Amino acid sequence: MELLVKNGFVYDPLNGVNGEKMDIAVRDGKIVESVNERRARKINASGMAVMPGGVDIHTHIAGSEVNTGRLLRPEDHFRDFESKTSVTRAGVGRSIPSTFTTGYRYARMGYTTIMNPSMPPLEAKHTHEELNDTPMLDKASYPLLGNWWFVLEYLAQGKIKECARHIAWIMSSTKGYAIKIVNPGGLEAWGFGHNVKGLDDQVPYFCTTPREIIRGLCKANKLLNLPHTIHVHANNLGKPGNYTTTLETLKCVEDLATEDKPVIHLTHCQFSAFKGDDWRTLESGAEEIANYMNGHSHATMDMGQVIFTDTTTMTADGPFQYALYGLTGNKWVNHDVETETSGGIVPFRYHRKSYVHAVQWSIGLELALLIKDPWRIFMTTDHPNGGPFTSYPKIIAWLISKKAREASLKRINARARSRSLLPSMDRELSLYEIATVTRAGQARALGLKNKGHLGVGADADIAVYNVNPETTDISRKYRTVRRAFRRAAYTVKGGELVVKDGAILKHVDGHTMWLDVKVSEPARITGDMKRRFKDYWTVEYENYPVNEDHLKGLDPITVKARV
Amino acid sequence: MCESKFLGYSGHRLLKPLIRKNGTLVEVPFKEALVKAAEVLAEADYPLLYGWSSTSCEATRVGIELAEEVGGVIDNTSTVCHGPSVLGIQDVGISSCTLGQIRHRADLVIYWGSNPWSAHPRHIERYTTLSEGKFERSEWRSYVTKTKAATARKKVESALRQVSPKKKFPIPSTPVERGPCPAILKAGRKLIVIDVRKTRTAEIADYFIQVEPNKDYELLQAFRALIRDQEIETDKVAGVPVEYLEDVSDAMIGCNFGVIFFGLGLTMSKGKSRNVDAALRLARDLNARTKFVIMPMRGHFNVSGADTVFLWQTGYPYAVDFSSGYPRYNPGETSAIDVLLRKESDAALVIGSDPVSNFPRKAAEHLVNNPLIAIDPHMNATSQMADIVFPSAFVGIETSGTAYRMDHVPLPLKKVVEPPRGVLPDEEILRRLLLEVRKVKKRKKAQAEVK
Repeated sequence: MELLVKNGFVYDPLNGVNGEKMDIAVRDGKIVESVNERRARKINASGMAVMPGGVDIHTHIAGSEVNTGRLLRPEDHFRDFESKTSVTRAGVGRSIPSTFTTGYRYARMGYTTIMNPSMPPLEAKHTHEELNDTPMLDKASYPLLGNWWFVLEYLAQGKIKECARHIAWIMSSTKGYAIKIVNPGGLEAWGFGHNVKGLDDQVPYFCTTPREIIRGLCKANKLLNLPHTIHVHANNLGKPGNYTTTLETLKCVEDLATEDKPVIHLTHCQFSAFKGDDWRTLESGAEEIANYMNGHSHATMDMGQVIFTDTTTMTADGPFQYALYGLTGNKWVNHDVETETSGGIVPFRYHRKSYVHAVQWSIGLELALLIKDPWRIFMTTDHPNGGPFTSYPKIIAWLISKKAREASLKRINARARSRSLLPSMDRELSLYEIATVTRAGQARALGLKNKGHLGVGADADIAVYNVNPETTDISRKYRTVRRAFRRAAYTVKGGELVVKDGAILKHVDGHTMWLDVKVSEPARITGDMKRRFKDYWTVEYENYPVNEDHLKGLDPITVKARV
Repeated sequence: MCESKFLGYSGHRLLKPLIRKNGTLVEVPFKEALVKAAEVLAEADYPLLYGWSSTSCEATRVGIELAEEVGGVIDNTSTVCHGPSVLGIQDVGISSCTLGQIRHRADLVIYWGSNPWSAHPRHIERYTTLSEGKFERSEWRSYVTKTKAATARKKVESALRQVSPKKKFPIPSTPVERGPCPAILKAGRKLIVIDVRKTRTAEIADYFIQVEPNKDYELLQAFRALIRDQEIETDKVAGVPVEYLEDVSDAMIGCNFGVIFFGLGLTMSKGKSRNVDAALRLARDLNARTKFVIMPMRGHFNVSGADTVFLWQTGYPYAVDFSSGYPRYNPGETSAIDVLLRKESDAALVIGSDPVSNFPRKAAEHLVNNPLIAIDPHMNATSQMADIVFPSAFVGIETSGTAYRMDHVPLPLKKVVEPPRGVLPDEEILRRLLLEVRKVKKRKKAQAEVK
């Protein structure tokens, strides 16, 4: 099938195209040089902005944790539901939508690729089954490895190469995409209700430290040539004064970087950029972190922006979630996974008039505006932790318009407003920079070669937004932009037109990308290994890997490792 | 799975589709049964789709699509077992974990209103006190000692009975005299059982508390008070002396990792979801003092899987009503038994379950008075009363799939043998039924337009 997106203002940062008027040609799901204009289906994008399909580097949309969130919050579903239509399935949910609805809502905003960031390897099959039922999107998952017993043991013994081989095995057996580290060492300690407090704390029973875990996995990541860096949720997340831990985390892998390439992705940075001694004296640590980021090139980040709304927090960081339960008294779910990780869920409401929440809101935007290079800070809400992904258009408005920020600043807690750095900041992102922080930059950081750009050979994932950069002053007319990004004029997924004016035209299934890591000497599953496996897990070794029979649309990406 | 269950799977098998004609079930070709079933579902205004807990997640996925297509209400067996647990969790949340975590770490295991020795035979051996973990050892030695002692005692008793058959020898139960209970102070893993009767599990426990029937709620709240160091100003709670409770609450606070497993003794006795509510709060409160988790003991092999699939596709774990075009959930209104008791459903599809034998009589009556479709490998009460019966293959024996363990760990189910000729897996039957329903609806729409 052929498709031609005509006369749009194209924003394709990876190919350096900045608002030029041009046509995008599509054949068989790929972007091509040209198509037969008579035969091709034409999409009139004149007066509109054309961008690659959105890429979300960090969003919790599937897996046991998300599903338990759905279980916990019927009240979240009662007020937001979507009926079945002739093309779409029914669904519910605001902050934790059911799988079909998740796919439709992303597609309506012009997003076509998402990364599901926390997958306990033991429950990988569950994550993939849900992703299977998440339409309209290409997706991938990061297995949680920062507290995996095998990793801890290898790193305690300094066996980086063996560790790397095992990670290669886990990537293919869980169908994972990147190494996710959550509160390294802390989750293992949480098994007995404890936590680690800093990078050099001992992990109980394992003779290693968070610093060794991060460095070790960073080295293993490099040995394996994985497309993405290690994806780190830092220690001490959500605690006042934690920006120092964050800086230390970034510093601890500084020496492992070569050729200006990033070696670490620090995720939902806002939650890790708190200054102050306690909640009363909380301040923004965004400036310190941004200064560090502006002086170094080995790290990327995403915002984890807070939205003033009712949402559901869920992370693998069990101790943090327990602390949040202590703060709010809301209902609390804890779910520890043997030998691997933990998890927690607490419903949460961010209030405008709360000092702490308003400071958090400010931190996210400060980070995005103070870090000069848009290729290294990406737009996320850490869905649903900071707010549901459907709030992305709001963040876009804040980023492109000082006026939008001022309008929101007026309404927040007065003390937080007086301390916020936002009033002093004049920076306004252009549409080109928005395309960078919402798709191109994320695709580059993820090492996705066919996503996030519109060059020949790329996957034909295209979003067209009804905003005319020639006639609209986006900074003044931020509402128009917000509206445009809420409902894409057109979304093309894999060469098919799936959304028009925010309505789903067609239900399509996406692919699940995973890494098939080729190592010279694959991890040998010896009798000893199997015995240890039996000792550590309560499932048989044979039942641990995700078998492909019952999953559709698996899309392996072959990676050649150096080990 | 135990061998007898596994190897005896082929008894009472259904092999051919059946349709009720003139009051008796007769064998018919698959296609005929399929068309008939599709017509029943497509014509019904408010069909009920029930069962799902003994089939694979793949079948449930198709089942939900079918429910959406026919605008019916879909419910799984949680509604009659751990439904109240779900309601409790929706109020309080739950501090839980996977079973391996308990194997490695738990030094205090409490079974409340559940009897795993009889109902979950491998549970204790694989996951709790008789299993070997990284931080905790198996207690099998003490179990062997205890069993030997029990056997010896029984022998002595029977010998005494033989000597003087008329005289009654009272079996000493809970010690009347108060002294330090050695079991509660012992090192290593402790097993406490709380139940209304001395079950098989209680016999091997280190400590057994016999709660008066329907008094679980009081006992749970007493524990909640005790772990906050509050005094209880009565002698007994739920028939148990407070001193004993103080011992147990000390053990709860003093452990490194504690776990409560609760069964239908809690969910289906007086108080239902309120009992579970209190139990969940107890486990949650204990986390302020130590690490504590709680877990429901689920029944059917894939009831967790049914809940899980329901959740990700509809947002709700059971009792989902699609009659408005979107998922609606209100247990007590949209749950199977309530729909039947109000006589609202006008057709039903039952898969892998036997509601005719275990639902309240009035509900079962309404179920069989309307067209009833059954999909089951066996001839059971429901399939005997059904109007259309599809034989299906055993998932995990004759067909592969996915199931979820009670701690939500997904497990692959393997195919071991070929199903009997002509017998299809649940998933395939449902998929064909869905296609057929769509065809029937399309045809009807066309007819309506012509008129």
